[in-house]
Amino acid sequence: MAPYHRPETLDDALTLLARTQARVAAGCTDLFPATERPSLTGPVLDVTAIPTLRGIQRDEDFIRIGATTTWTDVIGADLPPAFDMLKEAAREVGSAQIQNAGTIAGNLCNASPAADGVPCLLALDAEVELTSVRGRRCLPLSAFITGVRETVCAADELVTAVLVPATATRGQSRFLKLGARKYLVISIAMVAVRLDTTAGQIANAAIAVGACSAVATRLPKLETALIGQALDPGIVSRVTEPSVADALNPIDDIRADATYRTIAATHLIRRALSTLVPNTTGAAA
Amino acid sequence: MNQAFETVSLRINGKTVAVPVPAGRRLSQVLRDDLGMIGTKVGCDAGDCGACTVLLDGAPVCACLTPVGQVGGRAIQTVEGLTDHPLQASFLRHGAAQCGICTPGMLMAGVALLETNPTPTRAEAEDALGGVLCRCTGYAKIIDAIVDHGKTPSGNAPASGRAVGAAIERLDGVPKVSGTEIYGADHTPDGTLLVRVLRAPGAPMAFQFGDLHGWAATHGVMVFTADDIPGENCYGAIPPFADQPALAIAHARLQGEAIALIAGETSRVEALDLDGFPVTWTPMPDGPVHTARPDDTLITGRVLRGDAQTALDDAEHVADVSVATPYVEHAYIEPEAGVAWMEGDTLVIQACTQAPVMDRDDTAKVLGLPPEHVRIIPAAAGGGFGSKLDLSLQPLIGLVTLKTGQPARMVYTRSESMASTTKRHPARMTARAGIDADGRLTGMEFDGDFNTGAYASWGPTVSGRVPVHASGPYYVPHYKAEARAIHSFLPSSGAFRGFGVPQAAIAQEKLFDRLATACDMDRLAFRRLNALQDGQSTPCGQVLQGVGISACLEALAPHWQDALDRAEAANNPGSIIRHGVGVASCWYGCGNTALPNPSTIRLGLTPDGQIILHQGATDIGQGANTVVAQICADALGLAVDRFTLIGPDTAITPDCGKTSASRQTYVTGKAALLAGQALRAQILSLSNMGPDATLSLENDRLVVSDARASRTILLSDMLPDANGYALAAEETYDPPTTPLDENGQGAPYAVYGYGAQIAELAVDTELGTVKVTKITAAHDLGRVINPLLAEGQVQGGIAQGLGMALMEEFIPGRTENLHDYLIPTTGDMPEIETIFVEVPDPEGPLGAKGLGEHVLIPTAPAILNAIRHATGAEITQLPALPHRVLAAIRAAQG
Repeated sequence: MAPYHRPETLDDALTLLARTQARVAAGCTDLFPATERPSLTGPVLDVTAIPTLRGIQRDEDFIRIGATTTWTDVIGADLPPAFDMLKEAAREVGSAQIQNAGTIAGNLCNASPAADGVPCLLALDAEVELTSVRGRRCLPLSAFITGVRETVCAADELVTAVLVPATATRGQSRFLKLGARKYLVISIAMVAVRLDTTAGQIANAAIAVGACSAVATRLPKLETALIGQALDPGIVSRVTEPSVADALNPIDDIRADATYRTIAATHLIRRALSTLVPNTTGAAA
Repeated sequence: MNQAFETVSLRINGKTVAVPVPAGRRLSQVLRDDLGMIGTKVGCDAGDCGACTVLLDGAPVCACLTPVGQVGGRAIQTVEGLTDHPLQASFLRHGAAQCGICTPGMLMAGVALLETNPTPTRAEAEDALGGVLCRCTGYAKIIDAIVDHGKTPSGNAPASGRAVGAAIERLDGVPKVSGTEIYGADHTPDGTLLVRVLRAPGAPMAFQFGDLHGWAATHGVMVFTADDIPGENCYGAIPPFADQPALAIAHARLQGEAIALIAGETSRVEALDLDGFPVTWTPMPDGPVHTARPDDTLITGRVLRGDAQTALDDAEHVADVSVATPYVEHAYIEPEAGVAWMEGDTLVIQACTQAPVMDRDDTAKVLGLPPEHVRIIPAAAGGGFGSKLDLSLQPLIGLVTLKTGQPARMVYTRSESMASTTKRHPARMTARAGIDADGRLTGMEFDGDFNTGAYASWGPTVSGRVPVHASGPYYVPHYKAEARAIHSFLPSSGAFRGFGVPQAAIAQEKLFDRLATACDMDRLAFRRLNALQDGQSTPCGQVLQGVGISACLEALAPHWQDALDRAEAANNPGSIIRHGVGVASCWYGCGNTALPNPSTIRLGLTPDGQIILHQGATDIGQGANTVVAQICADALGLAVDRFTLIGPDTAITPDCGKTSASRQTYVTGKAALLAGQALRAQILSLSNMGPDATLSLENDRLVVSDARASRTILLSDMLPDANGYALAAEETYDPPTTPLDENGQGAPYAVYGYGAQIAELAVDTELGTVKVTKITAAHDLGRVINPLLAEGQVQGGIAQGLGMALMEEFIPGRTENLHDYLIPTTGDMPEIETIFVEVPDPEGPLGAKGLGEHVLIPTAPAILNAIRHATGAEITQLPALPHRVLAAIRAAQG
């Protein structure tokens, strides 16, 4: 039986990780489903006893979301409207049971194409903080996840936080998820939209789509096309299937075919946008 | 904390316990296996079903996803810690527990909600319980129980003679809400060996074992293969078609087929990595699945009446339809589990089942034992829906116990359960029908291929039932229907709530909508015009009485108009949301098709005055324990709450057949009626009292009285019979049917049940998503024995029908879990309005008809017809996933 480590300080965790290259465990909502065994096979480094890794702090430059902050923590946190989409995504992660255990960093490290948190964090320009005995580095989230279940996290590195730069904490946001049932569902497509407006005009737009490519992705061309436009009901006409398809590389799978995913992503972006138009309720999701 | 094993100190339900376990062990496993707290259930080990929900510092988590090393010092609450919580009583009062396997998880999620929100709305309750799956109830009664938890309990149990028709709580409900019910995985005698199965990685594949002895010795375990099977290694639900080995011989016909057993001390077997098992696999060329069936056709079922071809040629309007349905998984929340042990020379098996006597006989055959040396004690079944009619682990654990003399247990993993057990038959169907100028059906043709998979299972039943039922409950004078069960190297298709009839009803009801359109008739009016009437012939030439379909359609008529009005009002021009309404009917013959299927009920009074009902109808959640007792109680004339039930243990209870084919209320209910009447007659005769006398029981004094006299029978003075009863009766009932001839003509069932449902829904025409908003269900039960339980059956059947219509598609090798295979959650269910119709059946007990399967049949076609009504989209491949709906909408728009 391999050892199960549960250190109480980050230093101890990093030392253990450097020495053992153990598998990092937090909420275990992805680790346990990957095995039929009654126990996690080790060595395991459980980081949930390290108090400094959990919780959300704010300073001048960043909002810092600790690695083991759970989805339930996110839902209950006092955060600006730019994070509404992250809260909406948090409420759609699996079920209350999963939200109570699953963590932000776990969602990123598991690197599922359908990870609910990723589109929102992309649209928040999030950076991933990686720490090891060698030191600390920060990478844009888009550079952290490199493929299906692939990240650049080295064996001795721990994701210690997700950092949202102050510049990205402005504006309104919306997350929409499409699945074949209400709860406990893996997305067919999902979108996260954050709009920063000045005097009724879009000053900055961040749009990301998940479950429609190997890694969730931002749609920079579409974002550029929206900047400078008036945020009124007509804005949705700027979102066309080609403009969305261009950025995605959807797959056929058991949940939907690729063509459908592009169509769905297009409509979801339009709907998310229209819900952010002042004084409209937008189309039903 | 860095040791593999250390003593973890846990605070569970306010008590501190210390348990030496690895810190990485699932909390669910620690609770159940290490602490014996079996109230917490395991359905998937993946966080997909929520059955194992416990509270950690008041917040719900899946115990299966929680390493025990994380919970030291935190407050853990399990179902065992709920003592007389009002929510438990509310679950009983509302009929929120059927099979009960999800109940502990539901209760814990509900308790967590009520702690923070004592008066939740339905939406809040649905949200809080969204992480727990239930396959029986359709959730409505669970949500009722949550929002209504504060109310005071209902009144007393009904007086004698008043049980039938009363909405009494289920008689076996208390253990289900207390966490004390014993399911297949919940009993582990001392010294029990754990058994695991080595399964085929694909099919067709040949295999050769290497050094089994060496491998077993190295790992300190035992290995058993087909060579160890002492009897005939071939079983099957229908003996003439038996073709399935308990352990495969030389080659595997389906992925997941069992080829070897590994047994040993629990921790050793648990820890084994089976990747190194000495076996070599070689792919085989495709060919006949069974050499005895060279064209892979297991059997063809056929019903011919009149001249359908000519009728269609002469028809005023003809429509046709073709539709394909996928494998559908039963997805009961309890994976197969059980334990075997020896009692003298008798092999005892306590496992999940729907068919104890069939289990006994087939297990005995495989193990080379006389049937009387095998005793089946059905564990509480955590859902079945047809799949637990077939043997699964019974011969496997039986073999290990027989060979070792030690108890042996097995608990299937979720993926094992889904890969290796039976499914609903995938079907490819075409149908044509014609009507005259008045809209009356003149003829119909139906043709279907049903993929029966690797082994026969219930394929013959499906191919037999489908042509009998493919007309629906309508009068079709000229009829030709054929259904073939075709083998493939895929999972065996077996029994699943409706035996192929739900698939056929999809084709038929879609077809009838097209005919109604063709003759410009209202779709409900079209069905009422063509509904089968008393005295008319079915396609089998059987003339029926007590036909309730017209009464059901009539009951729906005002709701139909309201629903159409609602949809019209909601359909704003240009809106992307389109509202639609659909209707579909069902009929279903109760009991075996043209074959005997008797039930025997024994009822006894003990010398000390207990009323013992040997209730042999396996209750898999549907409520036979309660309904059969209600019928028997009124027949005898004593109050139902005085009855003590003895379940379908093959050693002590007569055979009531299998829980399938919606037969238990009718067939076993009739046997219970006869047994109750027989015992009453004995009592009246002994006391020389008239038929109107009332009975009362005070300890050993049975008092028989009427207006003129009162006589007492002292039970303790009577010589007990061989079973220990002072007075007893045993009665058998077998439905009167006749065999079908080569054209399917005859009387295949003695009793049919009927129903019809309206589906209302909204389709998002941009995304292809469908939200069902309301189902109105009218079902003819002949006589409603227990409205509370009957309503639960309706709601649960509708949930399965909705899943079949919109989301359920089992893809072998791909969806063997409950996150890729989707069943409805709390948030997917519509409002359900249930209307019971009572058109008494001349044969059924007190007029009663079956219900269990009927309720699922109309749901999917009603939904598909509503999608068509809303958008014009014709769904030809189920389920109606969003991408398929959107493609169909675009095709309809041209």
